[in-house]
Amino acid sequence: MAEYLIKNGFVYDPVLGIKGDKVDVAVKDGKMVETSALSNPAEIDASGMTVMAGAVDIHAHVAGPKVCVGRNFRPEEKLFRAKPMAGIKRMEGGFSVPTVLKTGYDYARMGFGFVMEAAMPPLYARHVHEEIRDTPIIDEAALPVFGNNWFVLEYLKNHEIENTAAYIAWLLRMTRGFGVKNVNPGGTEAWGWGLNCPTVNDPVPYFDVTPAQIIRGLIEANEYLGLPHCMHVHSNSLGEPGNFTVTLDTLKQAEGIKARNAFGRQQVLHHTHLQFHSYGGESYASKSFESKSKEVIDYVNKQDNITFDLGVVTLDETTTMTADGPFEHHLTELNHLKWVNTDVELETAAGVVPYIYSPKTFIAGAQWAIGLELGLFAKDPMRTFVTTDHPNAGPFIRYPRVYKWLMSKAAREDMLDNVLKYGNTVRDRCYIGEIDREITLFELAQMTRAGPAKALGLEAMFGSLKPGMEGDVAVYPYNPETSEDPEDIELAFSNAQYLIKGGEIVVKEGQIVSNGNKRTFWVNCKVDENPQVERDIAEKFKRYYSVNQGNYEVYAHHYVPNPYVIEVDATQ
Amino acid sequence: MATVTLTPTKVPDLRLEADNIKPDVFAGKKAAEIADLHVFIGNTQYMLGEFFEVAGDGGASAAETTIVIDGDVSRVKYIGMKMTDGTVLVKGNADMYVGAWMEGGTITVNGDADAFAGMGMTGGEINVAGNAGNYLGAAYRGDWRGMQGGVIRVGGNAGSDIGTFMRGGEIIVNGNVDVHVGTHQEGGTIIVKGDAKSKVGGQMVEGEIYVFGDIEVMMPGFQHVEDADLEVDGVSGRFACYKGDMGERHPRRKGETIYGKLYLKY
Repeated sequence: MAEYLIKNGFVYDPVLGIKGDKVDVAVKDGKMVETSALSNPAEIDASGMTVMAGAVDIHAHVAGPKVCVGRNFRPEEKLFRAKPMAGIKRMEGGFSVPTVLKTGYDYARMGFGFVMEAAMPPLYARHVHEEIRDTPIIDEAALPVFGNNWFVLEYLKNHEIENTAAYIAWLLRMTRGFGVKNVNPGGTEAWGWGLNCPTVNDPVPYFDVTPAQIIRGLIEANEYLGLPHCMHVHSNSLGEPGNFTVTLDTLKQAEGIKARNAFGRQQVLHHTHLQFHSYGGESYASKSFESKSKEVIDYVNKQDNITFDLGVVTLDETTTMTADGPFEHHLTELNHLKWVNTDVELETAAGVVPYIYSPKTFIAGAQWAIGLELGLFAKDPMRTFVTTDHPNAGPFIRYPRVYKWLMSKAAREDMLDNVLKYGNTVRDRCYIGEIDREITLFELAQMTRAGPAKALGLEAMFGSLKPGMEGDVAVYPYNPETSEDPEDIELAFSNAQYLIKGGEIVVKEGQIVSNGNKRTFWVNCKVDENPQVERDIAEKFKRYYSVNQGNYEVYAHHYVPNPYVIEVDATQ
Repeated sequence: MATVTLTPTKVPDLRLEADNIKPDVFAGKKAAEIADLHVFIGNTQYMLGEFFEVAGDGGASAAETTIVIDGDVSRVKYIGMKMTDGTVLVKGNADMYVGAWMEGGTITVNGDADAFAGMGMTGGEINVAGNAGNYLGAAYRGDWRGMQGGVIRVGGNAGSDIGTFMRGGEIIVNGNVDVHVGTHQEGGTIIVKGDAKSKVGGQMVEGEIYVFGDIEVMMPGFQHVEDADLEVDGVSGRFACYKGDMGERHPRRKGETIYGKLYLKY
């Protein structure tokens, strides 16, 4: 296989502790190697450019039934946005819900190597994997949702951690899933009864288990198994004014639990899109609504067993989609736009609604501020990850714009002074105006590479240029010594000059030149035989599911043609 | 004011997609450069000059440019799409999407205009002397932003689904219209001087619809409010005023609930 030597670039690598030094980087046979291991490499001149490992996205909705619903019900979004095929690159379309091809190409252009699909409904896991399979270049995995699953609700009502764990292991194997996602714990099931669980102490109707029990139980089951990733939660009352207390109650469920795994992961709870969960006040009106980012982040800073991602609002017209069914209904009541809601039998639900985060409204401006505040207040960039909860707070192609805002106070001031209509009210009701911090390129590499890779239990493969790691290298046309205009950040990180993915050149001089060799990661977790859980599964399929057990599994040969299986032994 | 005259020389086998025919593109270009602009048939690219004889140069700006199409272009789509200023005159019929998403200027079609004319337009004026097709001043499929401003006048009849998701501006049809008028309408005015068939104002939130002739089948979601003497587009008469669609949500402003209004002339 090919050998590459990337020379003269400014390298940022948190794992190796390299902070912008000019270091040569070597790739051979798909892996990072010492430069001395190369015999006849192709040389890439990265003079005046920034070199980092391939980026890792810990949370995005990029594949599966609700993404597909978003594509289907927004034809207007594809209008005038198609890019024709060129060379090996195939046609691209869409914006907030791009086609699978555009998804792969756009991530590659931004220098990403791995993306986590954040919510997989188990019953429709086949659909998720078909879309993942058809997304070029990037390695992907998917998190099945557990927080409203009948098995989980019944086991955790009685704190049956061993049974919950056995069920999780079985479901990960059936769905070729990666870890434990927990969306609006209990609330989505309650939505089936026309209700919700606004706090962690509201019992789920019929099941009589509280969100707190579900959250803590799933953390314990996750650590019982020792999965690579920790429990990944979208807590109750997303988007509601005053919800920060619910968020703190959720985070507190992790207190006293230690990570137990063989993957170098140190945290037991990942809270996603924390921006949507850090609101104060009683309504969306500017006299009431306020940022509580500081209150939330103060707690997160103190608890070293928690990671989180931002979910920054990018002020675009986008498409919201989540397994939080009641929230999507709430949104369509607010904006009166078209709405889809789906119930997934015993497992979960979902909703989709287009949404315009208009810079002319106070609330969108405040949301924009809160997401950035969380990133700027956070003390440990290794536990703080950049996302937009794609496409909910904004499309993932805006990550470079978020980097710009995080890295430049001037860019933030420009937004407050010139773009947001209620910039001064936002300064008033949020902390954004008081923050001088500017994230450095080294910290950015922690927040987009080393950090998320570690949180996903993939620190041995991604997030660094250390010899032995996957051969994922991104070269950005950004000169940290001479660039002064914050716009350069957005431009450079949107258009990687080179991306080497798995040792192969995928982006060359800014152009897509290969469809790559994408893989699907999943976790095969061995547990002791558990006759009770096996019997429960068989019974539920007989009594409730619309499919039988034999038609449930995501068979690898068709749906996951290029698997990368992570083996976990949880037998006692 | 400069005039560019396009004389059709060849009828395309399929539909020609010519969104380059607008004053914004022609402005500042010589006749030869205009003939070199691209058009599409399917995914195959051609030059405008292969289908039209081009006479005259564009003006300094869109506002100073007039385009005259001297013949029938019933197989040419997207004439004047997204134009912001200037004038377009089509002496024959035009295909779909005339003046779609236009922001300003004037388009006159002496013959008929096919479907989607004035779709999502925000300003300017479209005059169709003949008949207009379906989805006149409507929203693109899936979109909730139909016609938002400007004026569309149709001398003859219009098809179905006119003014779907209309939010502003005015559509005036001298003749009759087919089913579905102002569906999901959230503003603006539709005046039908002839008859309408059915589904008039379905799921209407705000805005006004006037029908001078008959509505074959009324929507059940409209309630009679009052009778009033009005002058509508130069015609005086007594109108029955209905509010609706009562099955739809309605905003409240200054303590009052705002309804869509449907006026039927006695």
